[in-house]
Amino acid sequence: MNDGSPTTVPPTALIGVQLRWWEKYKFWLIAAALLVVLPHIPGLSSGYGRSLLSQMGITAVFALSFNLLLGQTGLLSFGHAVYFGLGAYAAIHLLRAVNGGLPIPIPLVPLAGAAAGLVFGIIFGSVTTKKAGTIFALITLGVVELVYAASFMLHGIFGGDEGVSANRTGGPRLLGLTFGPQIQIYYVIAFWAFVSAVLMYAFMRTPVGRLCNAVRDNPERAEFIGYNPQRVRFIVFAVAGMFAGLAGGLLAINYEIVSAESVGALRSAQVLLAAYIGGIGHFIGPIIGAAVLVWLQVNLSDYTSAWLLYFGLFFMAVVLFAPGGLAGLIMMHAPIVRTRAFWGVLASYAVALVPAAIMLVGAVLLIEMNYRLSTQPELGARMKLFWVDLDAATPWPWVTAVVLLAAGFYVFRKTWRFVAAAWTRALDEAKARFAGGTSP
Amino acid sequence: MIEVFVSSLLNGVVYGLLLFMLSSGLTLIFSMMGVLNIAHAGVFMLGAYITYQIGKYAGFWVALMLAPVLCGLIGAAIERYGLRFVPNRKSHVPEILFTFGLLYLIEELVVMIWGRNPIPATVPEALDFPLFTLFGTSYPAYKAFMMAVSIGMFVSLYVALKRTRIGLVIQAALTHPQMVAALGHNVPSVYVLVFALGSALAGLAGAIGGFTWLTAPTLAFTVGPIVFVIVIVGGLGSLAGALIASMLIGILQTFAVVVDYSLRDLFAALGVTVSASSPLYELYSIKVAQTAPVIPYLLLVLMLIVRPRGLLGTRDA
Repeated sequence: MNDGSPTTVPPTALIGVQLRWWEKYKFWLIAAALLVVLPHIPGLSSGYGRSLLSQMGITAVFALSFNLLLGQTGLLSFGHAVYFGLGAYAAIHLLRAVNGGLPIPIPLVPLAGAAAGLVFGIIFGSVTTKKAGTIFALITLGVVELVYAASFMLHGIFGGDEGVSANRTGGPRLLGLTFGPQIQIYYVIAFWAFVSAVLMYAFMRTPVGRLCNAVRDNPERAEFIGYNPQRVRFIVFAVAGMFAGLAGGLLAINYEIVSAESVGALRSAQVLLAAYIGGIGHFIGPIIGAAVLVWLQVNLSDYTSAWLLYFGLFFMAVVLFAPGGLAGLIMMHAPIVRTRAFWGVLASYAVALVPAAIMLVGAVLLIEMNYRLSTQPELGARMKLFWVDLDAATPWPWVTAVVLLAAGFYVFRKTWRFVAAAWTRALDEAKARFAGGTSP
Repeated sequence: MIEVFVSSLLNGVVYGLLLFMLSSGLTLIFSMMGVLNIAHAGVFMLGAYITYQIGKYAGFWVALMLAPVLCGLIGAAIERYGLRFVPNRKSHVPEILFTFGLLYLIEELVVMIWGRNPIPATVPEALDFPLFTLFGTSYPAYKAFMMAVSIGMFVSLYVALKRTRIGLVIQAALTHPQMVAALGHNVPSVYVLVFALGSALAGLAGAIGGFTWLTAPTLAFTVGPIVFVIVIVGGLGSLAGALIASMLIGILQTFAVVVDYSLRDLFAALGVTVSASSPLYELYSIKVAQTAPVIPYLLLVLMLIVRPRGLLGTRDA
């Protein structure tokens, strides 16, 4: 999509300067080191933390594959979970066969998912990629409904409501590993996540990948220089299907059960939200989005039944005010981060944050009281919010919430001036430096 | 046999017309503004809920009048205060995402106001009597009312768009907004009007036919995909195409439900026996009746292979 933001900034090699290999690949080296270390740092070294990280890894691969379509080729798919889910089913059936005695080591099982994703990507892609834009979005919606509805008819393959389950510890031992403990599965997931991230990044650097960007930005011109946009869309669709299938395969070995919801529209919507909130204009965006989505899903859903509403509001705010997503917001600061006025920008953020937080508290109060009264009336009107006991049957909490919301918003609007002024100063300084020739 | 046929046909036609009412608003907005309003089914759901709520206090007829008006106002607000500020509208993707997020919000709003459980919305009392009796089964009046309203809606919409001045302005505003603005028309307010009209049609559909489905917060996600299929199968932005596609899907689905045969029975009739051990046995044993939910989507895929622009589509968007 053409939102003007630079896509996947390549590690710029300055002309005439030879970068050493570790400088050239430093982001990948840091990422690999992080993946190795993360499950051992305090807070994440528990079973809970490791399973959280595993889920993040799976969702990150899925979101990255989705972004090959939306961010790189401008194809909005509402049905990407089809390839994810069918990949998961292929992997779980292979896992069952492994349980039955087939000598395939567990870390290779997700590849069955990738194969299934590729095959179904080719089959459905040949139909869906005939169109781009809005029609493509509608068609993918139709395909996901088709597969979801069909999954309840073919009980033998999809297992109906219960799904299909298998046992990941029942396979042949590899280097003495049983793949029972979460940490071993985490490393399998981390390995495949890293490999597929590298492969997807590399794919975008191939001529086909570049053509994807061309088709996104101007299909007519791509056609005039002799390439068929439909063919390009088809290729990238199949590739994206393959990586989604791999993510599904990882899901299968992580949970050891796959049910129909993994091919459904809800799962497709989730990956769309994750990728867009993270930022589709940057390679790292979907990874950030996946981490945020999984974290919110796991944590927020314990505290409130309204977490989908919060997530929806967050998504709308990103669509309206930050089309570059979280990654876009972070990257926006790249030109000014070395200036002295940057501290002023941070200070202005701190000032704006106070009324924004007050506004949010008001909104959360309103939403939570509403939800309690409408969806859980059996729990009564007495509730504890923000460490304060309150009674939603009396008017005072409501009045307080509305006042907090309105006053917070009013002051928040006023603080925008400070933020804008601080930004202008920082940008001026950055420009002056650039013009002065001092290296940043 | 004939009575099953006639009653299925009548039910299918009613269902098809209801689908048309739902999709006409979407088609209108899509053909006039190029915006695919994913939240359309959400507005339909709001129409059903509002009708139920008002109907409880003021009766069905008042609710029938008010629900479309309220939904129209909601639609106008969506355009005026939301859609207009979506950045990068050229590629249409941010617009779709905006309306997609809106659908989520509408669903959660309905949960907040009416709760997660289905509301007991039923046939309005004023229309709950048999109109005529055919082959011993009576035909309810509300179905005839649904038919009358949707046919009336199709005719008046068609005339309004093709034969009136404002219809011409609306059509011109899509293709030549600058020219229309130069001639002194307020193009942004035309967009608001179109969006309001489309949403009002969704509200009307919700008021008349909302109770046909289970009126729960999941309603929008149940009917939404079928409506989008109709829009593609009928041909983008073609009102008549949407009518044909709705009827086709309505009738096919209704007829499929009463056919209690599977491919296995066909094979048996042809003298081929299929046993449980033969490949794809499960596929052969699916009864036609079971396939009813898949029919719209199969039709969509078939249509894309045979005629990508849809039944009456004029352009390859």
